[in-house]
Amino acid sequence: MAAHGETILEVRDLVKHFPLTQGIVFKRQVGAIKAVDGVSFDLRRGETLGVVGESGCGKSTLAKVLMALERPTSGSVTIDGKDIGKARGSELKRMRRNIQMVMQDPYTSLNPRMTVGDIVGEPFEIHSDVVPKDGRRQRVQELLEVVGLNPDHINRYPHQFSGGQRQRIGIARGLALQPEIIICDEPVSALDVSIQAQVMNLLDRLQKEFNLAYIFIAHDLSVVRHISDRVAVMYLGKIVELGKDNEIYEKPSHPYTQALLSAVPVPNPDGRESRERIILQGDPPSPANPPTGCRFRTRCWKAQDICAKEEPLLQIRPGTDHLSACHFAEAHDVVHAQ
Amino acid sequence: MSNEMTVAPPPQPAEAPQPAKPGKPASLWSDAWYDLRRNKVFIIGAVLVFLLVLMALFPSLFSHVDAYNPATCNLANARQGVTGAHWFGTDNQGCDTYSRVIYGARVSILVGILTAVITGVVGGGLGLVAGFYGRWVDILLSRVAEIFFAIPAILGALLILSVVGRDNSQKWGVWVVVMALALLAWPLVLRIMRASVISAKNQDYVVAARALGAGSGRIMMRHILPNAIAPVIVTSTLNLGVFISAEAGLSFLGVGIQAPTISWGLMIADARARFLSAPEMLLFPALLLSITVLAFVMLGDAVRDALDPKLR
Repeated sequence: MAAHGETILEVRDLVKHFPLTQGIVFKRQVGAIKAVDGVSFDLRRGETLGVVGESGCGKSTLAKVLMALERPTSGSVTIDGKDIGKARGSELKRMRRNIQMVMQDPYTSLNPRMTVGDIVGEPFEIHSDVVPKDGRRQRVQELLEVVGLNPDHINRYPHQFSGGQRQRIGIARGLALQPEIIICDEPVSALDVSIQAQVMNLLDRLQKEFNLAYIFIAHDLSVVRHISDRVAVMYLGKIVELGKDNEIYEKPSHPYTQALLSAVPVPNPDGRESRERIILQGDPPSPANPPTGCRFRTRCWKAQDICAKEEPLLQIRPGTDHLSACHFAEAHDVVHAQ
Repeated sequence: MSNEMTVAPPPQPAEAPQPAKPGKPASLWSDAWYDLRRNKVFIIGAVLVFLLVLMALFPSLFSHVDAYNPATCNLANARQGVTGAHWFGTDNQGCDTYSRVIYGARVSILVGILTAVITGVVGGGLGLVAGFYGRWVDILLSRVAEIFFAIPAILGALLILSVVGRDNSQKWGVWVVVMALALLAWPLVLRIMRASVISAKNQDYVVAARALGAGSGRIMMRHILPNAIAPVIVTSTLNLGVFISAEAGLSFLGVGIQAPTISWGLMIADARARFLSAPEMLLFPALLLSITVLAFVMLGDAVRDALDPKLR
């Protein structure tokens, strides 16, 4: 993809722990769910960072913390030089203009008692200085047109639209404040495959049109590959591998990434024979009590003593060209697609 | 509607296929209204309620005898039984029971509606706050509500009315009964509203509004209240009947509405000693009371069916 601009989002050592409490009246903390545990990455203008990982690995919590819907336990999320995790009141409200989100479920993310015009126009009511009052209706219609909806449907209610159309409404709402960053939290996983492609293409087109930066969260690897410039693989609250999409998909170096890729269905029956199947044993450990050292070691076929003692840092390892958090990282093409 | 039926449908403009049927009402409220208009239970209930409200507002439309004018009573006619001049018979004072039953509707309807509105607003408002803010606000309001909840309703109302009711019975009679009932009934509405708000506030569209930077007030009024109010409307409509019978019960026991205000409960109390010799004195006010309660319960049932998305 095209060369990208300056860094607009900087995440450093982001941690979000949810306390586990015991007792009814006198609550005491007996532990914490380590949903996000030390995540760092940069996002550049106009770039798409895909975030993949299985259920419960902290992808959605990461999105919530980036959106300042949850306060981070520690670490920073810096947008335009300001930490959104520490912003309050009117400063936070102003920062929200720059970072918006598209939610997963188009059936629950739109208020059923509001018309499409009210839903897409709500950002202008909240941030009343963006568009003057008499221009709002026209601006909403423009937005509907941008996302491929009929602007005459401004007075309809969400239940009169299909899932794909609703997701377009959600995207229009996210675009309203002209943010630079949009966080897409599994934006297509609730849609039919044919509709998924339409929405993906829409997101692609909008990115080029408005030079948006996306953080694209998904558990579908092929969807992420389609849209991402770089991909981060998460496991149990940490990024285990981070690199350009080709690096991740063709030369995965972390055993977990290799296992994930080996599970992707291959449409071509010829290629199906040549690809390796890595079947992981067991379930992911509880995020309340993650393993010492490397978190993946309990399910890893490469695990040695060092994995239990020393936590592998996310860094470029010998023999690979991108960041990987494994002591024994080595590039290994599992899919053999080419 | 009739236009659409008779005129050939106009050519559809070329646009994206719409899942909504043409002519289908737009919002969920109008969907509910569409359902209600086709529901026999609702129509019967609504017609009865309409007649009763009309009776309460303009009793003279239904009876040419002014029941509040003592000159219309004649002791010589006491307990006359059903006659052509007195359709429902006459009472102990020789007053026309029919006109008294008609004039008695006002107190019942007034108590029912006022109590339902007050409990709905107070319980609904506090439930919204408790459910939305949670934590200590919720703990405080819920515990206070539970204190009122623990008082047996009739016993509590008897106590309140026997302390404050008597002295103020003439001028504030209806209000005293309304306040006593409302004081005991608001916690029920609070609980229902609180539960409904808690389920609404975790919806994705509330998260989306917060992500846009919406404040608590906007989230409560625009997103949570419209989506959480339906159960409160249903409960309030159903409770209306309960309040009307509670008023009659309290008046019957002598602590509610005081004579000379006409109330069905008072009429039943007057009639009970003479039931064997003059049963019509008791039967007619009791019948009207039953019909009124039934009408509101039917209305509430129909509204619940129309607003409950699970039955759609």
